[in-house]
Amino acid sequence: METLILLAPLVGAVICGFGWRAIGETTGQVIATVLVFVAACLSWIVFLTHDGVTETVTLLRWIESGSMAADWAIRVDRLTAIMLVVVNSVSALVHLYSFGYMAHDDNWRTGEHYKARFFAYLSFFTFTMLMLVTSDNLVQMFFGWEGVGVASYLLIGFYYRKATANAAAIKAFVVNRVGDFGFALGIFALFYLTDSVRFDDIFAAAPRLAVTELRFLWADWNAANLIGVLLFIGAMGKSAQLILHTWLPDAMEGPTPVSALIHAATMVTAGVFLVCRMSPLYEYAPDATAFITVLGAATAFFAATVGLVQNDIKRVIAYSTCSQLGYMFVAAGVGVYSVAMFHLFTHAFFKAMLFLGAGSVIHATHHEQDMRNYGGLRRHIPLTFWAMMVGTLAITGVGIPLTHIGFAGFLSKDAVIESAYVGSSFAFWALVVAACFTSFYSWRLMFMTFFGEPRAKVHGHHDRPGHGHGDDGHDGHADHTPHESPAVMLVPLAVLGLGAVFSGMIWYDVFFGKEDAVRSWFGLPVAEAHADAGAGHGATAAAGAEAGHGTAHAHGAAEAAHGDAAGVPGLTVPGQGAIFMHPDNTVLHEAHYVPTWVKLAPFVAMLIGLAVAFQFYIRRPDWPERLAANQRPLYLFLLNKWYFDEIYDVLFVRPARWLGDALWRQGDGAVIDGGINGLAMGVVPWLTRLAGRAQSGYVFHYAFAMVVGIVILITWMSLSAGN
Amino acid sequence: MTIADYAFYAFALVAVAAALMVVTARNPVHSVLWLILAFLSSAGLFVLLGAEFVAMLLIIVYVGAVAVLFLFVVMMLDVDFAALKGEMARAMPLALLIGVVILMQFALAFGAWVQADGALGLRQAPAPDPAAVENTRALGLLLYDRYILLFQASGLILLVAMIGAIALTLRHREGIKRQNVLAQMYRDPAKAMELRDVKPGQGL
Amino acid sequence: MTGTADLLILLPELVLAVFAMAALLAAVYTEKDGLTPLLIWATAGMFLLVAFWIGVQPAGARAAFGGMVVDDAFARFAKVTILLSAAAVLMMSQDYLIRRGLGRFEYPVLITLAVVGMMLMVSAADLMTLYVGLELMSLSLYVVAALRRDSVKSTEAGLKYFVLGALSSGILLYGASLTYGYAGTTSFAGILSTLDAEVPLGLLFGLVFMLAGLAFKVSAAPFHMWTPDVYEGAPTPVTAFFATAPKVAAMALMARLAFDAFGAIPGDWGQVVAALAVASMFLGAIAAIGQRDIKRLMAYSSIAHMGFALMGLAAAAAGDPRVAAAGVQATLIYMAIYVVMNIGTFAFVLSMERDGRPVTDIAGLNQFASREPTKALCLLLLMFSLAGVPPLLGFFGKFAVLKAAVDAGMAWLAVAGAIASVIGAFYYLRIVYFMYFGREAEVLDSRMAPAQWLTLTLASAAMLAGILNLFGVEPLAAMAADSLVR
Repeated sequence: METLILLAPLVGAVICGFGWRAIGETTGQVIATVLVFVAACLSWIVFLTHDGVTETVTLLRWIESGSMAADWAIRVDRLTAIMLVVVNSVSALVHLYSFGYMAHDDNWRTGEHYKARFFAYLSFFTFTMLMLVTSDNLVQMFFGWEGVGVASYLLIGFYYRKATANAAAIKAFVVNRVGDFGFALGIFALFYLTDSVRFDDIFAAAPRLAVTELRFLWADWNAANLIGVLLFIGAMGKSAQLILHTWLPDAMEGPTPVSALIHAATMVTAGVFLVCRMSPLYEYAPDATAFITVLGAATAFFAATVGLVQNDIKRVIAYSTCSQLGYMFVAAGVGVYSVAMFHLFTHAFFKAMLFLGAGSVIHATHHEQDMRNYGGLRRHIPLTFWAMMVGTLAITGVGIPLTHIGFAGFLSKDAVIESAYVGSSFAFWALVVAACFTSFYSWRLMFMTFFGEPRAKVHGHHDRPGHGHGDDGHDGHADHTPHESPAVMLVPLAVLGLGAVFSGMIWYDVFFGKEDAVRSWFGLPVAEAHADAGAGHGATAAAGAEAGHGTAHAHGAAEAAHGDAAGVPGLTVPGQGAIFMHPDNTVLHEAHYVPTWVKLAPFVAMLIGLAVAFQFYIRRPDWPERLAANQRPLYLFLLNKWYFDEIYDVLFVRPARWLGDALWRQGDGAVIDGGINGLAMGVVPWLTRLAGRAQSGYVFHYAFAMVVGIVILITWMSLSAGN
Repeated sequence: MTIADYAFYAFALVAVAAALMVVTARNPVHSVLWLILAFLSSAGLFVLLGAEFVAMLLIIVYVGAVAVLFLFVVMMLDVDFAALKGEMARAMPLALLIGVVILMQFALAFGAWVQADGALGLRQAPAPDPAAVENTRALGLLLYDRYILLFQASGLILLVAMIGAIALTLRHREGIKRQNVLAQMYRDPAKAMELRDVKPGQGL
Repeated sequence: MTGTADLLILLPELVLAVFAMAALLAAVYTEKDGLTPLLIWATAGMFLLVAFWIGVQPAGARAAFGGMVVDDAFARFAKVTILLSAAAVLMMSQDYLIRRGLGRFEYPVLITLAVVGMMLMVSAADLMTLYVGLELMSLSLYVVAALRRDSVKSTEAGLKYFVLGALSSGILLYGASLTYGYAGTTSFAGILSTLDAEVPLGLLFGLVFMLAGLAFKVSAAPFHMWTPDVYEGAPTPVTAFFATAPKVAAMALMARLAFDAFGAIPGDWGQVVAALAVASMFLGAIAAIGQRDIKRLMAYSSIAHMGFALMGLAAAAAGDPRVAAAGVQATLIYMAIYVVMNIGTFAFVLSMERDGRPVTDIAGLNQFASREPTKALCLLLLMFSLAGVPPLLGFFGKFAVLKAAVDAGMAWLAVAGAIASVIGAFYYLRIVYFMYFGREAEVLDSRMAPAQWLTLTLASAAMLAGILNLFGVEPLAAMAADSLVR
C-alpha cells in the first residue's frame, strides 16, 4: 500500500507529462488527479490505522559503493504517516482546484497546451515530496529534497514568458542551493562519523556523536551540534527561515495552486520535518536546538511584521507562512517535536485553504492581486468569503480559552506558545507578539478584501488597452464584475475548511494534550520515559500547585503500566519511535502546567490584533495612510521587508556579479582566452618561425646546432656532477 | 732522455704542427701535403710504440693511396676556399666562444680524470703478450678470430660504400662508343675485311 | 674461439647478408634494373621469413662471438619490428619506385644491408659492434637518400645526411673512446662492471657524447636538424623507410647502451634522455605547425614522437626495476605503434600525385574526402592516432609513456608531454580539416597501388582494432623490457 502511495503520483506525472498528446490533455489531467486522490485515500487509511510501530519497506538497492549503501525504501512511522496525509490530501485537492483555476490563463496564447504540463509538474512534485518523507536514509531524502526543489523551480517559473517569474524561480533555486550545501555537508559529516546514511544507524550513534569532536573550518566542534546546525541550514533554505527566507515571497509568482501546495502546505514544511525526523540527533545537540529556537522565533516575528504592510494578497499569506514556519521551528527547537508536527499538520489545512481562497479571489477579480484594488467582495463571492473567514479564524487562533475547543490554529498555536514559554522566554514573547501581528494582518486582509467599498475601478488592468477579457472569452463573462468560482474550486475549499475547523480538536490529545497518548502515538516507549519525566519534574518542582498533580499522575501511570520496565535505566534508545525525546527533555510535560496568563496570552494578542485591524480598516480607513505618513521610515522598513533583498543585493549579488564579471572578462576573457590564444596564435607561431629560421638548410648551421647541443649537455653534466 | 724520447717529441711536435697547417694553409694542395707529413709523423709514433705493422700500414694505405687520391681530387675540384673562409669568419666569434667552453669543460674532465680500478687489466686482456707474439701475428689473431664478426661487418660496410659509389656515379650514357676488347680480339679479319685488288689508276 | 655456435646465433643476419650479396650478383649478371621488382618482392619476403624465424626462436639470452653480440628477447622484439616495418615499406614502395624511374636494383640490396646493420645494432653488446652496425646502417641510408641522383634535392639530402652523420659518428666515437679510456674495455658488461656510484666527469662526457651520437640517429632535438631536409629531399619510399626501421633500431640501441653499459648510473643518462625528450617533443610539435610539405611535416612529427618514446626511456631511469621495466616497455610499445602509424601514413603519401607527378603539399588534400571518402577516413584515423586522440591506438602509446613517467615520479615530464601533444595535435588535425572542410581546389588523383591501399587500410584498421589488446604486443614488450632491465 505504501508503495502504491509513493508511486501513484509518479505514474500520474509520467502519463500526464509524456502521454497527453496520445490520450488527450483532459484525460491526462484526470488520470493524474485520480491517481493522487487514490494516494490520498490510501494515506488516510495508513494514517488512521498506523499503530506507531516503525516498519520499513525496501524497494531496491540504489547505491552501493564501499561502505556507503543507500536503498530506495519506505519508512513508515508516525511522522511519515502525518506527512503522507498532509502531502497527498493537499495535493489531491490542489489538483482538483487547478481544473478550475488553470482552465483559462492569460499568460498563454490560445491553442497552447499548458494544463497537462502543469498537472504533470504537480504530480511530479507530489512524488518527490513523498520520496522525501518516506525515505529511510539521508541520501534518498536528499534526492526528494532536490526533487521538490526542481519541481518548485519548474512551477514558480511556470509562466516562463514572465521575466519576474523566471527570476523568482532562479532565486528560489539559488537560495535553496545555499541551504542544500549545508544539508549536504551535514550528510557528509554524518557519513564520515557513523559510516552510514541510514536513519537507524545514525540514530543509534547519536549519543556517541554528542561526545565526539569534529574539526570543521577553523575550529573543533561538538559533532552533534555541528551536524545539527548544518542540517538546520538545509532546513532554513527549504523552509524559508530568516536569512534564507527571501525566495518565498518571490515564489508567489507561480500559479496560486502551486503556492498553496508547495509554498504553504508541503515543501516548505520539509525543513520542519527534517528537524523532527532527526530528533534523536537534536536531542543530543543543545546548542543547535537553541539556535533553531532563536532563529524560528526571530523568523516568526520578522515575517509577521513584514506581513503587516504588504499589499499583494499572496505576499501577505506568504509572509504569514514564513511566520508560521517559525512557530514550528520554535516548537521543534524547544524539544516538543510532536507539537511542531501538530502545527505543521493544522497549518497545512488552513494555510492551503487561505491560499486557495486567495486564488479564488484572484480568479474572481480577473487576476488582480493588489488588495488595495479589492473591497466589498463579500457580496460577490460569498462562498469564498466564508472559506477565507474560516481560514482566518483558524490562523489567528480563535477558540474558547482554557478549553480545548477552537479552530485548528488555536490549539496548535497555543501548544507551541506554551511550549515556548517553558523552553525560552525570548521565543515566547516573540511568538506572542507575532500572534498579535498575525491577527492584525489576517484581519486586515479580510477587511480590505471583503469589506468596505469596491475599489476595483480606480486601478487595475481595465485601463490597460488590449487586455480585454472579451478577447479570450475569459470565463464567458462579458462584464467585469467579480464572479464566484466554479464548483471544482469551491469543493477543495470546503474540504480544507473541515480540516481547518476540526483537525485541531480531533488530534489535540495525541499531538500535545495527553503525554501518554503522544508517546504511544509516536511509538515511543511509554513507561520509563514517563517515570523519568516524573522524576525530572520532581527535581525541578517549578510548576507550583499543579506540580503535585503532575507527579501523582506520572507515578500512577508508571506503576499501572510497566512496573518492570522502569527498572532498566536508560532504555530509551534513539530511533525507537518516530521521534525521540531525551529523558531530560520535560518540555512537553511542563508545557501543560504553565501559568494561566501564559495560556491566555495568545488569545489576548489575537484580540488586540483584531481590534486594531477593525479600527484601522473598518471604522477609520484613513488611519493606515496617516500612520504610514507619520512613521514613514518604519513603514518603508517594513514595506521593503527589512531591506533584506537590498542588503543581499549589496552583500552577495553585486559582489558575485562583479566577481563573475571580473572572472569572465578579466579571468576567462583576458587571461585564459587571451593566454591560450596568445600562446596558440602568438607564442607558438613565433616559436615556429624561429624553428623555421634555424632550419636554414646550411649544413654548418646544423652541425653548429649539434655542437651547441653537446656543449649544453656536457656543461649541464659537469655542473650537476660537481655537486 | 733517451733517443726514443727525443724522437717522440720530435714526431709529436711535427704531427701537431702539420695538422695545424692542414687547416690553415691557403692552398689546398699544400694542405694535402701537410696532411701527408702528419701521417708520416704518426707512423713514426707508431714505430716508437712498437707497432711497426700499423706504422707500415699507415704509410702504405694512407700516404700511398688515400692522400694521393686526395691530392688528385683537390686538384680536380675547383673550390673557392676563400669564400668559404669568409663565411667561416662571420661565425668565428660564436664558434670561438663555444670552442672555449668545450675546452674548459674538457680541462675540467681531464683534471678529474681517473681510470676504473680494473681498467688496465681489462685493456690488456684481449691482446696476447707482445713479447711472445710478434705484431702482425697478434693482429691477425685478433682480427680473424676474436673480432671476426667486426672484420666481416666492416667488409660489408666497404661493400656498401662500393655499391654506393657506383650507384651514385656510374652513368650509362647513350651514344658513347666504348672499347670492347673481346669484340676486337675476336674480330675475324676475313669477315671484317674484303680484299680487293685495285688496279692502279682506276678506282672502284 | 669463434665456433659454429656463434654463427648459429647470428644466423639470421648472416642469411640476410648472404642474400644481399647473392641478389647483387644476380642482378649484376642478369638484367640489372629489370630485376628490381622481383628483387623488392623477394627481399620483402625474405624479411618476413626472417622475422618469423626470429619470432619463433626459443626464449632466453645467448651471447655470441666472445660477448660481442647478444641475442635476447629485447633484441628479438626490436629485430622483428625492424624486419616487419622494412618489409611493409618495401612492398608499398615498389610501385612508386618503378613508376618514378627509381627502380634500381641497388635499392633492395642496400636496404637489406641496412637492415643487417640495424640487427647488429640491437644485438650489440660491445661498443665496437655498436659502431660497426651503426655505420653499416648509416652508410646504406646515405646512399639511398641520394638515390635520385638527377635531383638536386635528393643529392643534397644524401650529402647533408652524410656530412652530419659523419659528425655524429665522430661524436659517438669520441664518447666511446672516453668510455674506453675509463673502463679499459669496450664490452658493455665490462663497462658495467667498472662502474660504481662515483664516476668521473670524463666518463659522463663519454656517456653524453655517445647519447648525442645516437640522438642524431633517432633525430632527437637538438640533433634533429638533418631530419626535415633529408625527409623532404629523399625519394618518398626512402623517407618512409627512414621514418620507421632505423628509428626503432637507434631507439633500441640507445636503451641497450643505457641499461647494459650504464645501468649502474641511471640518474646520469636519465636526465640527459629526459632533456632530449622534452626538447624533441616541443620542437617537433612547434616547428611542424609552419610546414606545408607533408614529408617535412612527417619529419617533425617523427621528431616529436621520438621525444615521447624517449620519455619512456627517461622514466626507465628510475631506480626501481619494476618501474624501469615499465618505462622500457612503454618505449617499445610506443615505437611499435609509431611504426604502424607511419607506415600507414606514408602509404598514403606515396599515392599522392596529380597528373602523374608526385605532390607533397598538404594544400593538395583540400576536399579530398568528397572525392575519396574511404581513403580520407583511413587517413583521418591515422592522423587522429598520431595526434593521440583516444580511443585510437596512438593514444595508448602516449598513455603508456605518460603513465610510465608519472609512475617514475617525473610528473613534470608527463605534463610537458601532454602540453606538447596538445600543440602537436594542431597540424595533424589541420590535415583532417583540409580533407573534409578545405576550400575547393585541384584534387589529387585517386590512383593507388594495391599494396599501398592494403597497407593504408590495414594500418588505419589497426588504429581501431588494436585498442582491444594492442595485438598482443604488450606482453612481448614486457618480456623484452624484462630481459633488458633484469
